[in-house]
Amino acid sequence: MKAHLTRRYLFSASHRLHSAEMSADENLSTYGKCNNPHGHGHNYALEVTVSGPVDPSTGMVCNLVDLDGFVGREVLARYDLENLNMLQEFAQSVPTTENLCVEIFEILQRSFQKAHLDRVRLEETMMNSFEYTGGAESMR
Amino acid sequence: MVYLTRKAEFSASHYYHNPDFTPEENRAIFGKCNNPNGHGHNYTLEVTVKGEVDPRSGFVVDLKQLKEVMHREVLDAMDHRFLNKEVPEFFTQIPTTENLAIAIWQRLQTKLQKASLHRIRVYEAPDLFVDFYGEE
Ligand SMILES: [Zn+2]
Repeated sequence: MKAHLTRRYLFSASHRLHSAEMSADENLSTYGKCNNPHGHGHNYALEVTVSGPVDPSTGMVCNLVDLDGFVGREVLARYDLENLNMLQEFAQSVPTTENLCVEIFEILQRSFQKAHLDRVRLEETMMNSFEYTGGAESMR
Repeated sequence: MVYLTRKAEFSASHYYHNPDFTPEENRAIFGKCNNPNGHGHNYTLEVTVKGEVDPRSGFVVDLKQLKEVMHREVLDAMDHRFLNKEVPEFFTQIPTTENLAIAIWQRLQTKLQKASLHRIRVYEAPDLFVDFYGEE
């Protein structure tokens, strides 16, 4: 029987929202305070949802040791306490939480083999969150 | 169609063990959760039902009835219990959050009047939950 398992993780990172394709005025009106050249940080909460049949011998969709290990190595180690603008994946795109959410989905989609990836949900603050379930050609 | 969710909390203990595995395999797969003396969690249950709003009552489901069914079928059976030893489903299945969500679905599914069950969500802790939607 198929079940969906969601695990929540926390990390902190800084970013600055600024597009090289816009003028200074346009950047300021689009991104507001988030355009501050020195950047600012968030405590992000990440939710990863995987699904699959519950293995009768373990009662599990996916062993949490595997999921936690993968997310720890490939996601948290990459983003926790980093400046997102300095990372290669944001060299050409703006590190909005939308783009970060898609990026994390793609890391899991590419290499996590132990269960089907349903969804990545990323909370930037308690007031806003973003979800990505894949499928779009490119959201960047 | 309108969806309504009711929450409840219960506390229970459990451990993970498969008698078909060797002791080493059990420890490797289940880690600390294999300790036969068990350990506990404060579970949060969210039961979501769906249905059309009754034009006379304005309700999707009689909340009082839903609360009673949840109490009778789930909380009375599981709250402050050792799941492996006191809840029949877990005499044979491992009481993971996945199996708990499935067992709660099966307990509630036939007991609801009017509205139908949409989703069972069980939080084992604030950072881990399982959703079950029945046979998909
Ligand atoms: Zn446990």
